[in-house]
Amino acid sequence: MYEKGGRKGKVLSVKNEMEILFDGVAENEGFARVAVAAFVTHLNPTLEELDDIKTAVSEAVTNAIIHGYGNLEGYGGEGKQKLKSQPVHPGKVRLHCLLEDGILHIEIEDTGRGIEDVDKAMIPLYTSRPDLNRAGMGFALMEAFMDELEVESTPGQGTVVRMKKKMEAGDWIKEGD
Amino acid sequence: MEQLTREDFKIIDNYLMIRLPKEVDHYNAGYICEQADRLLMDESVQNIVFDFADTGFMDSSGVGIIIGRYKKISCFGGKVFAIHCSRQILRILSVSGLHKLVEIM
Repeated sequence: MYEKGGRKGKVLSVKNEMEILFDGVAENEGFARVAVAAFVTHLNPTLEELDDIKTAVSEAVTNAIIHGYGNLEGYGGEGKQKLKSQPVHPGKVRLHCLLEDGILHIEIEDTGRGIEDVDKAMIPLYTSRPDLNRAGMGFALMEAFMDELEVESTPGQGTVVRMKKKMEAGDWIKEGD
Repeated sequence: MEQLTREDFKIIDNYLMIRLPKEVDHYNAGYICEQADRLLMDESVQNIVFDFADTGFMDSSGVGIIIGRYKKISCFGGKVFAIHCSRQILRILSVSGLHKLVEIM
């Protein structure tokens, strides 16, 4: 898949794809972002790029879990699990990554309740659940940290979040060699 | 994942010191908010200090934690401080506009 020259060759021309399907529960948020970070490591991303990607993935996956599926039971303290006040939604989150021409495409899809008004949801500080200590900054952070963001949603059927980011680090590392 | 304990929440004079975990996300946020709010009921607490020394990752759940606590103490003249912020945390604080509410040291 490397065009030529092995490790020092055109690393950015690699085409690479992966897909994970996981349960929409809070425990998997960390897994999802670390998986994407690991997926792009071979491009030698800068720490900044990695942080950007991890934050954006975390936001999208958290949205799918708490807004799409309404699984609010994230609880990381003293090993206690909060009493389940409601049954856990069995929905899955699909995470798809494609690396092509040095651009990382991330697609995060859920089959939850969907968003009625996407434009409204994307307003910074707007949150549909002010009761949850949420900031309403999810889409704003995704927009700030990725190059492109696209949200497609059908109420009752689910939401797809597509993000793109150009991975630039490979270029200057090659020049510095 | 490493768990938070009560040791991570300390009251020193009228400051509530919260030592945040390695990763501040929705999974951890519930516990942090609950513990912090319980301790805020203690009348001696006026200000809150968020210590990011161990934190390598934060998303908007962390912003939610800070905004929520800020609302609770600012009406009594309290202040919120953030210390030991790494570069990524500083970026998130400034993208979300929190650097205007929180004293970053």
